[in-house]
Formats: sequence, structure tokens, C-alpha cells
Amino acid sequence: MLKIIRYSFFDLARSRWSYAYFLFYLLLGTVLLFLNNNLSGAIITLMNVNIILVPLIATVFGVMYHYNSREFTNLLLAQPLKRSAIFTGQYFGIAGSLSLSLVLGLGIPFAAYGLFRSAMIWNFAVLLITGVALTFIFTSLAFNIALSNENRIKGFGYAILLWLLLAVVYDGIFLLLLAGFQEYPLEKFSLVATVFNPVDLSRILILLKLDISALMGYTGAVFKQFFGTSAGGIFSSLMLSLWILLPLWRMRRIAKKKDF
Amino acid sequence: MVNIQNLNKAFGRNQVLDNLSLEIDQKGVTAILGPNGSGKTTLIKSILGMVIPDKGAITINGKDIKKDVLYRENLDYLPQIADFPDNLKVKELIKMIKDLRNKPARDETLIRFFGLGPFLDKKFNTLSGGTRQKVNLVLAFMFDSPLIILDEPSSGLDPVSLIRLKEWINREKAQGKIILVTSHIMSFVEEIAENIAFLLDGKIYFNGSLSELKIKTGREDLEHAIAALLLENDHPALVYHES
Repeated sequence: MLKIIRYSFFDLARSRWSYAYFLFYLLLGTVLLFLNNNLSGAIITLMNVNIILVPLIATVFGVMYHYNSREFTNLLLAQPLKRSAIFTGQYFGIAGSLSLSLVLGLGIPFAAYGLFRSAMIWNFAVLLITGVALTFIFTSLAFNIALSNENRIKGFGYAILLWLLLAVVYDGIFLLLLAGFQEYPLEKFSLVATVFNPVDLSRILILLKLDISALMGYTGAVFKQFFGTSAGGIFSSLMLSLWILLPLWRMRRIAKKKDF
Repeated sequence: MVNIQNLNKAFGRNQVLDNLSLEIDQKGVTAILGPNGSGKTTLIKSILGMVIPDKGAITINGKDIKKDVLYRENLDYLPQIADFPDNLKVKELIKMIKDLRNKPARDETLIRFFGLGPFLDKKFNTLSGGTRQKVNLVLAFMFDSPLIILDEPSSGLDPVSLIRLKEWINREKAQGKIILVTSHIMSFVEEIAENIAFLLDGKIYFNGSLSELKIKTGREDLEHAIAALLLENDHPALVYHES
């Protein structure tokens, strides 16, 4: 499996797109630091960009990679390799390569700005960790979609739809429900609704760490009230890991049964 | 060596393999023949574990292929279409497969044999169809495995390369290997194969030696013998030929 991770990783690392992704973050990080002129402001802005953009890039890259590497996959399938090893390897290769672009692209400008000498280092670490977690989550969701759909157009369609649903529409519906049922106690409902969306979970994880109640929003406040800062952080990290593990498990199951 | 028991596979409503049983123990070349869509490639891909059968079992050397992927260590496969990652050079592709298999390979001998030297530094997507097929052949024959499966090995090859291919197959045969071949070119099959398995609508209609087939159908050459088999079974594939 390590060999497959290596091949997939370098295959993607050599492509123009992953440089573009890296440069984009490098530019974004630098510009935000200059504009805000303080670390915590830049981190909050980046969080807002990250939770929309990272899922989109991971979903699109995941689906694209799967469809584009069909020949490579078929070649691997005829070798004495387990299917689960092939697909898990490809998954870690691509998610790892995307995560590297993200971590380096944001890490370099922040390190240059003097991150290591500030108290913000842990907040920045949480930003990167959620970014990496979202990359792994949405790549595995993308692999699930791509493996279940032979038709590329359909696969792409579902992937974009999933991103739209989790990153944009979900919050809208959530807010509508909160507004519509404001006379009722909604704490439990909002807690559960947040857990079912990795994008919301990551937002809350960062906000809990940054401890900015003004930006916390309803769910953030409920979360804090319910768990307290540290238990809330542990709980949401746990849920994020589940969001990686469950799709990964399902991906391996589909791969085992699929005909090539 | 290869034992297939009651294999069933349907894609949607299309029953591609219909309770197919086949045993291949004879050394040398066994040609799997049949009209388009008769299930040849599905059968081959089932042996490779790329297609998962609905029912039935395949054993190779007495081991169920579902249980362990390591049987593919001793199996070489030539896919029907030479589709490889486009962004790799031929050299890199060969190196990658060698690295994945981790076995001694005779790639240099084969590169010389098929005259691929000048193409090693070219990217795969710049190669012609015939050259791609030669790369495909090098990758398939590289590991000296006792079981070789070739899906349409002659496609796209020029006459010189075709002669080379037959020569190489004969060398492999002399080493006592089991080789499964599918092809639509009957003269090619007649030259290399000792045994014929004839597949129609996902069932085996004939399994025996080439001479037995000729005697059974009373025809002198393979092309007519196969046509006779089709006629005997009143197969719709022949409707166009008759009218």
C-alpha cells in the first residue's frame, strides 16, 4: 500500500493543479496577513475561506483523480495487490498531497510573519488540522461517489451537489428551521444537526479554540454551553475522525464488490 | 491448474456468463473463442479477480481466488486495450510495474526482442497503437509466470511484430506454461493453439483439442469449424451471413 500511496502522491504532486492550489494559499495567506496586520484576524478570515474552499477542492480533485486514473487502477488490479490496498493507497496519496499544498501554502507566510514567536500558534494549528481533516473527509466522500458512478458527468454532478449541500445549503436550511421554531427549545436539535455536517463541526472547533463568542453563532454557543471549551473540542474532533473513518470504510466495501 | 465451476455473471439484465464450467489443465495454448459479446473478456476478468462473479468458484492450483490475491504473483495478463497512465514514460511505466511486483524481470530481453529501445523515453500517449501494444506485451511477458492470459494479443501489430509474438509464445510454450488466448484472427489461433474452448452466450459449447474440433465438425480449417459450431447452435450471430 505504501508504494501506491507514493505513486498517487507524486502523480498528483507533479501536476499543475497542485502547484496552483499551493500558490493560491501562499498568496491568500500573505495578502491576509498584510491586510489584517494581525495573526488572529487573518486566522478568522482564513477559517471562513477554508471551510468553503477546502471541501470544494477536495471533492473535485477526488472525483477527477479517480476518473483520470482508471488506466492506472486497472493496471494495479491485475497485479497481486488487494483492492482495499489499491484504493486506500490512492486515497491517502491524493488527500496527503492536497493537505501538503494547504499546510505549506498557509504555513510559509505565517511562519515568515512570526507565528512561532506568538501565542497564536495553537490557534493556527487548529486551523490547519481542520483544513487537513476536511481534505480527508471530502476526498473520501468523493471517492465513494466516483466508485459508485461509472458515468463521469453523473459523478461530478453528485460531488458538486454534495459540496453545495454540506457547505452552503445545510446552513441555510438550519437557520430557517431555527428561525421558524424559535419558540421551542432547539439546543439538542442544533447539536445533532451540527454533528451531521463536517463543515459546521470544523467551524465550531476553530471558534471554540479562538474563543470568540461574538462569532460563535447559535450552534457555537450551544456547543460551548453543553460541553465547555475543552470537552467540546474533543467531541468535535472525535466526530470529525468518524467523518473520515466511515466513508473510508464504505469506500473499501464498494471497491471490494465492484467490477472493472 | 485453472478450474472454473458454475460461474454466473450478469450485468444488469444481461446474463454474460451462464453457469459456465471449464477446466484448463493442459500445458500449451488454449484459445478461448466466441463471437463478440459471448463473454470471453468477462471470463478472463473473472479469473483475474477484476470482475466479481455472482455465483460459482474459480480455483487456480487448487486455491480459491477469492481468498487470496497472491495467486496473481504467478499470473501474467495482457489487457485487450493497452491503456496505461498517459503522463508516464515507457521506461517509468516498466519500472513502476517492476517495483510493484518486486520480482526478477526480463524486461531488457523483451525490449530488444520487440524493438522498443527507441521508445523508452517517450511518453505513452505519444505512441502509435502498435507500439502501445508492444509495450503491453513487454509488461505482460516480463515476469516469467507459469500462467499467462492474453486478451487479443495480435491487435494492432505489423507482420514482423506478429511473427515475433508467435515466436515468443512458442518459446513460452516450450517451457511448459499454460497460456490462455482470446483472438478473432483464426489463422493466428490455428498457428499457436493446441486447445480450443468455444464460448457462446456465456456457456462453453466445445472444449477440446484443435484436431478434435476439426473432426467433430468435419471441417478442414478453424474458421469453418467455428462457423459450423455456430450454425449447429442456430445462433443469431449468423443471421447476417446467411441473408
